[in-house]
Amino acid sequence: MLEHLPALQVAITLTAAPVVMMFGRATRLAWAVTTLACWASFAVALTLFATVADGSVISYEMGGWAPPWGIEYSIDAANAWVLVIIGLISAVVMPFARQSVEQEISESRTALFYSAFLLANAGLIGITVTADAFNIFVFFEISALASYALIAMGRDRRAILSSFQYLIMGTVGTTFLLIGIGFLYIMTGTLNLGDLSARLPEVSDTRTIRAAFGFIAVGISLKLALFPLHLWLPNAYTYAPSMVTVFLSATATKVAIYVLLRFVYTVFGFEFSFVELAMAWLLMPLAILGIFIPSLVAVFQTNVKRMLAYSSVAQVGYMILGISFASMLGLTASVLHLFNHAITKAALFMAVGCLVYRLGGVSLTQLAGAGQRMPWTMGAFVVAGLSLIGIPLTAGFVTKWHLLQAALVGGLWPIAVFLLGTSLLAAMYIWKVVEVAYFQEPENPDTTVAEAPLGMLIPTLILTASTVVFGVFGNFTVASAGTAAAALMGGAP
Amino acid sequence: MNQYIVLRVVSKLMIPVIMIFALYVQFHGEYSPGGGFQAGIVFTAAFIVYTLLFGLEAAQKAVPPVAAHILAAFGVLLFIAFGYASLFLGGNFLEYKVLLPNDQAGETFGIIGIELGVGITVAAVALSLFYSFAGRERR
Repeated sequence: MLEHLPALQVAITLTAAPVVMMFGRATRLAWAVTTLACWASFAVALTLFATVADGSVISYEMGGWAPPWGIEYSIDAANAWVLVIIGLISAVVMPFARQSVEQEISESRTALFYSAFLLANAGLIGITVTADAFNIFVFFEISALASYALIAMGRDRRAILSSFQYLIMGTVGTTFLLIGIGFLYIMTGTLNLGDLSARLPEVSDTRTIRAAFGFIAVGISLKLALFPLHLWLPNAYTYAPSMVTVFLSATATKVAIYVLLRFVYTVFGFEFSFVELAMAWLLMPLAILGIFIPSLVAVFQTNVKRMLAYSSVAQVGYMILGISFASMLGLTASVLHLFNHAITKAALFMAVGCLVYRLGGVSLTQLAGAGQRMPWTMGAFVVAGLSLIGIPLTAGFVTKWHLLQAALVGGLWPIAVFLLGTSLLAAMYIWKVVEVAYFQEPENPDTTVAEAPLGMLIPTLILTASTVVFGVFGNFTVASAGTAAAALMGGAP
Repeated sequence: MNQYIVLRVVSKLMIPVIMIFALYVQFHGEYSPGGGFQAGIVFTAAFIVYTLLFGLEAAQKAVPPVAAHILAAFGVLLFIAFGYASLFLGGNFLEYKVLLPNDQAGETFGIIGIELGVGITVAAVALSLFYSFAGRERR
């Protein structure tokens, strides 16, 4: 059975989705099956990760048709890394989800909600494992359509509008991706990523291929919310149900960044992307603006969820900045940040989910006094917030350190200074929350507000602790990110 | 619209033909244009004609919305079941040729099976969509 793991990785959650949908009002059962599926999926991801950790590649022929004709699933250190991120986040968010979803989603929709969540999960996994360009598009649409439904189920009516915005932007993004893939297919007659990278150099000096590159880069940039194409993200994250925000913020943009890396480094190749087309000169200014402006906007937000959403856009900027260094060190830092930001931001949004559960909302005025009433939740928020800022001994610091190194080795010392400066902006918006929560008296001394239920608190604390663990023992993640970066640079998936 | 006898009679003649044509598109899909998706839509068209003439209640008595939901899930599961079946019979996921002793027969069996799954799901989802638009409750 072990050789079928790449197919099962997608199949587990994809099978669970229709099963869960049939449960109707048996919401506990729906939750239990979803949780089991997510844990099984995480176990498969870990197994795959351990198998390819030495730099080997697993290739799986879907339906028994040999690539490049058939659809190939291929796992190397890079996508196994992303699979672990998706698996870990969904495995941790599910125990958290039960009480949060009970409160936020009506009982008649809960089974459908979990079903959509599983579909989004399966879609993201599918994007990651497949080595077929058209398959990537199809899985993008599966995960996106499920995400639109998930976001629209938020309690606030504005959730529907923000889901619609996301739908429009997301559809434009995937359409661009499809047009780009179509151009590649016209020129090479193949859709297999490995085969594409072998055939592209012959025809790369044509307008069609350059247009394909443009379409794919812009399309994926929309999906990963690269500044200034991020406009769908803040609303979507703000009004989505708590667990959806946790899951999407930690996985959806990461998977899109993985696809960008795969196309830029593996399919088109380093030479074409960075030497011929000088992509770095496009990415670096956008990354810098994308770190600075959303961070600044985040400082002025009064809704903590929206503040963190803007911070997510800024964090995407850090990942893109690492790519724009066009060096192995920079790429490693970016790949590393995929994981470190996923656990950090998931922990933060989970803490926010706990606050929403008890306080009903997370505008700054509602948070007054939360530090005394919900000490564990706010403690988790502060620790994860430190990781977001990049304080030593947290996961965020490990990334910042590697980004700094990459900048200095590349001789870009102004960027190194800039990185330190933007950390201050992050410190400012996290501090705003801390100040209100710890040093302001609540307006109405409502004594009924207590600590979040254990079912939600424990997963939050686990992820928060992991930001510290991976900050102190960063060697493991750095080594894995290095292997993943080497796999991306190395050529065919 | 019960009083329009011409419409009622003609539709009663047409609905079975539409359904049979859907099944033809479904099961002849591997030789001629068609397949599960198209068949599912054509099949639902029969229900839509019926609903327009005899009302939503009558249609939902025939296929309740819950049944449409369950059928939608069932179709997907049927598709995936063929994947698992070929896995357990020693092939790769969705490698139909291991399903039957004869490779070619196995391929045909597998493709008809998954297309049936697609057809059921598409018909059920299209019907659910139509129900939810047609039955928007005035709360």
